[in-house]
Amino acid sequence: MATYKILIIDDEPGIREGTKRILQNFKVDYPFMDEQIDFQVLEAGTGKSGIEIIDSELPEILLLDNKLPDIQGVEVLEYVKNKHYDIVVVMITSYASLELAVKATRDGAFDFIPKPFTPQEIRASVENITKQIFLKRMTQSLNNTGKQIRFQFLSVLSHELKAPLNAIDGYLKMIKERQFGNNIDAYDEMLDRSMERIKGMRQLILDLLDLTKIETGKPTQKLEKVNIRKIVQMSVDTIRPYAIQKDVDIYVNSREACEMKADPGEIEIIMNNLISNAVKYNKVGGRVDIFIEKKESLLRLTVSDTGIGLNKEDKEKIFEDFVRIKSFQTREVTGSGLGLSIVKKIVDMYQGSIDVQSEPGSGTSFIITLLEPEA
Amino acid sequence: MKKKILIVDDDMDYLFQMRMKVEQMGFETITAESQAETEKIIMEIKPDLCILDLMMESDDSGFILSYKIKRKYPDVPVIIATGVTAETGMTFDVHAEENARWINADLFLDKGIRADQLHREIKKLLKL
Repeated sequence: MATYKILIIDDEPGIREGTKRILQNFKVDYPFMDEQIDFQVLEAGTGKSGIEIIDSELPEILLLDNKLPDIQGVEVLEYVKNKHYDIVVVMITSYASLELAVKATRDGAFDFIPKPFTPQEIRASVENITKQIFLKRMTQSLNNTGKQIRFQFLSVLSHELKAPLNAIDGYLKMIKERQFGNNIDAYDEMLDRSMERIKGMRQLILDLLDLTKIETGKPTQKLEKVNIRKIVQMSVDTIRPYAIQKDVDIYVNSREACEMKADPGEIEIIMNNLISNAVKYNKVGGRVDIFIEKKESLLRLTVSDTGIGLNKEDKEKIFEDFVRIKSFQTREVTGSGLGLSIVKKIVDMYQGSIDVQSEPGSGTSFIITLLEPEA
Repeated sequence: MKKKILIVDDDMDYLFQMRMKVEQMGFETITAESQAETEKIIMEIKPDLCILDLMMESDDSGFILSYKIKRKYPDVPVIIATGVTAETGMTFDVHAEENARWINADLFLDKGIRADQLHREIKKLLKL
């Protein structure tokens, strides 16, 4: 069981006693909470002694009367705010000074309870605040452990998986309902689009598998002496049929084998992604040039295309998960938005770097540098 | 005269299907595939109703468009259609007063909505 500290600052001993009694055996639970939360009530009769307790005990919740014998309640509120303490402040105030309470809420008090209050009112307010604090802390701890990122990733992923399903579902319904009568050509087009979306979805799943492999990290990395030239050629062969369709020529401009210690699977993922992008976002009749260079322990892979290019803002975004550059020229290109983020993750594993040089309209070059792992 | 409905979505398939649905209901349609394109269109044309996708160039394109459309044409109803539902965990609390005030959309719909339900909602908003 967790215990939250509540400090009540009020000059009337009756109010302090009453509040203490009301909250003594009060417990809050919430569907997401593993445990109940109860309360330890601290009390102070003046603003200054209250501040001392705030400094030493750091309560979670502060119930604050404005009319105190020494300083004003709002001054205590200001103190809490200036110190950036993570304390939820509730003003307790008589009806006559409601205006002040409203002002205090604007200045950072969470809520106010008018005096005289019923036990029910104070419990409701404390319960509400407790849930807020609990949720806030849970979000913080999620953030800290990176779960938030994972959560966001999964949310976007499910969106990306649902979009093609919805599209295919929609077309199938239209076909089933014979919405275009006997106009067979119209149905053909819908079937083509459905197949295109299935292709996109398949690619997304393959990319996800790659990503999972990388995220499980080094343990699965199989380092061996690799003939980089050979892997590049394999990638080129894989993508060639697609390139022929798009009338794009691919040239490998290096003769040497360029041997390096690496995981062949990872190098292949990098090359597959870069070369297929270079074809996908190329112009009809365009070309892709690949250069491989090795200098001591540094390997440099360059993939240049004569495609649509990237502008400055796009260049900064392309390595994030699920980012796809949307424009009139890319509207019919399918992709998962994961390819380059995968490339980036692998490059990071080799303590490498990626340089992107691009001119909108005339082409893009990706220059990847990898450091050969030691031992 | 047929009512003009502006449909915005960056998924060309969804856009096509939505357009078909809406045209079968007897409305005229205008379509756009991005926030930027939509902003240009609304400078010139006043639609009778708008159906907007939420996530386009940015995660909140639909919200921004809704805000801009309402500022220019306060009387034009705006529907935001989204595939981002509670099950994915990415909910925007549109009913939270603070959000609702600036987004200003009249209705939020799940993208999987059936044609007849959609038709009913459109008629309600157009007061037909």
